[in-house]
Amino acid sequence: MKKYRVIEHTADIGIEAEADSLEELFEVAAEGMFSFIIDPSLVSEVERRHVEIDAADLEELMFSWLNELAYMLGADGLLLSRFDIERVATTRLEAMVWGEPIDPDRHRDAEEVKAATYHQMAVEKREGTWLARIIFDV
Amino acid sequence: MENLKQVSEYKWEMNRDYKPGMRVPGTIYADMELVRLAERDRALEQVANVAFLPGIVDRSLAMPDIHWGYGFPIGGVAAFGKDGVVSPGGVGFDISCGVRLVKTNLDEADVKPSLGELVAAMAANIPKGLGVRGRIHSPEGVLRKVFTGGVKAVVSMGYGRESDLEYLERGGVCREADPGKVSARAYERGKDQLGTLGSGNHFLEVQVVERIFLPEVARAFGLHEGQVVVMIHSGSRGVGHQICTDHLKVMDAVVRRTGLELPDRQLGCAPLGSREADDYMAAMACACNYAMGNRQALMHWTRHSFERHFKSSERKLGMDLMFDVSHNIARMETHESNGKRTELCVHRKGATASFPPGHPEVPRAYAQTGQPVIIPGDVGTHSYVLVGTPEAMTESFGSTCHGAGRTMSRSKAKKTISGSELRERLKAQGIIVMAGKDSQLAEEAPEAYKDVSRVVDVCEGAGLSRKVAMMRPLGVLKG
Repeated sequence: MKKYRVIEHTADIGIEAEADSLEELFEVAAEGMFSFIIDPSLVSEVERRHVEIDAADLEELMFSWLNELAYMLGADGLLLSRFDIERVATTRLEAMVWGEPIDPDRHRDAEEVKAATYHQMAVEKREGTWLARIIFDV
Repeated sequence: MENLKQVSEYKWEMNRDYKPGMRVPGTIYADMELVRLAERDRALEQVANVAFLPGIVDRSLAMPDIHWGYGFPIGGVAAFGKDGVVSPGGVGFDISCGVRLVKTNLDEADVKPSLGELVAAMAANIPKGLGVRGRIHSPEGVLRKVFTGGVKAVVSMGYGRESDLEYLERGGVCREADPGKVSARAYERGKDQLGTLGSGNHFLEVQVVERIFLPEVARAFGLHEGQVVVMIHSGSRGVGHQICTDHLKVMDAVVRRTGLELPDRQLGCAPLGSREADDYMAAMACACNYAMGNRQALMHWTRHSFERHFKSSERKLGMDLMFDVSHNIARMETHESNGKRTELCVHRKGATASFPPGHPEVPRAYAQTGQPVIIPGDVGTHSYVLVGTPEAMTESFGSTCHGAGRTMSRSKAKKTISGSELRERLKAQGIIVMAGKDSQLAEEAPEAYKDVSRVVDVCEGAGLSRKVAMMRPLGVLKG
């Protein structure tokens, strides 16, 4: 099981995600973030990137993972539609991500997510389910 | 509203019992309704959280447009002495987001008949939105120059005039900048974004001055009733965001290492004078230079658009720069504290400097009047030019509001407000809007924001700034 829902925030937007495993939690968090950016069906899997993140703790790992994706969007104009976490522990993550560079015509409706924030961030396991809450700066 | 006391019509005191751990009390400049709004969206708790930070001087301040932000509330002001800290959350992700106002010698009748074409011409000239490349190719060498030289560097690249520099905060250059403190990541994000409008609440707006409140000051500013002006609201784009992200990570490690207890992780900070603090101040100054340079380029293309449209020159059209302000910044400033003049690190996040006549930071052209403060309205609503006051120096470290502040989340706005209906409503008022999707426009609807007129009135009532001019929109290019 992995899913997310959008949560209200005065200035920006957030998600609450749930998954059975930590891998799936990080995947669905990325899917949730990109749901604000573009309809995934509009993104072809033309490019693939390998991502490695090191962090001091799980929250920083989530923060750095999502900001790495935001960086690829902001710097390279890369839209992503699929995320596969190959390996994740408290302080390290390795993943493969797929997508394509923004096409100004086909992706005219793309909206920017500038960064994931620590605001009200939570990454925890409760009763066997992994949960995360992340608020984004848009 | 416990532990909150109204001490005058527009001033509320938050005592330290509001949240145990506060080192100093808080002050909120607001009327009753604005305070209620702030409490509801928990922005007041953030005012209290800021008061936990070491070395905070006097009190944690909140402007009337206060709303929930990251760590510091948006509309938050706090100053720190030499035993204090600098905190990226007190500046924001969009470092040096700000507003500039460009004058013309046109009036509404000159512009109205062909307004649609004029706005379209600007839209064609000005890159905006996500993933759109800027027109100024900026490889590392160019970026280094802009990070160091701000508007001066951009002018030397051919965008605008030398005389523009006289009408800018700090002469258009933050001298503390060190491009060596900016990460490779931030360079990557900056290389294609110089001269782009951005998205969200950024905009470029053709306005007409509808009302003058202080005729002498308006005259000194070069503003008169019926005059067409252009307002540009934009920031440091991906550069500022990356620098904030980079340094939040560094400060996080500092906080962990020193064991500083914080009520909110986003208040990550470093002691002033530490390597981490100095690095951030130097990088932030680069972002500030980039943002001011960005607005300079946007103004340049605005001038060009007007030139082509009216088949004239920017000089003949009187398109002089009135002023440019940043409303997300932290700076070392001299203030009087406990009868002594001290150097303080003043954080203004969603707040604007509001310096009085004779203040050394105010450009020579405005030495007699005080600093102009430019307040952008929301889509379809009024904008303002204010002027700084001596009271602001004693009340709020020389600060005032920055705009209206959101009251409704973006997702709620998209659900409850129809972008197309808003567009029609504005059209009926004679306002042309060029925005992307209707839903993006809905997010920026005036209903989603506090009433900017009210915010500006509270600031005046509290003595932080005075109204000089009010402008009405004619055509908007939304980012």
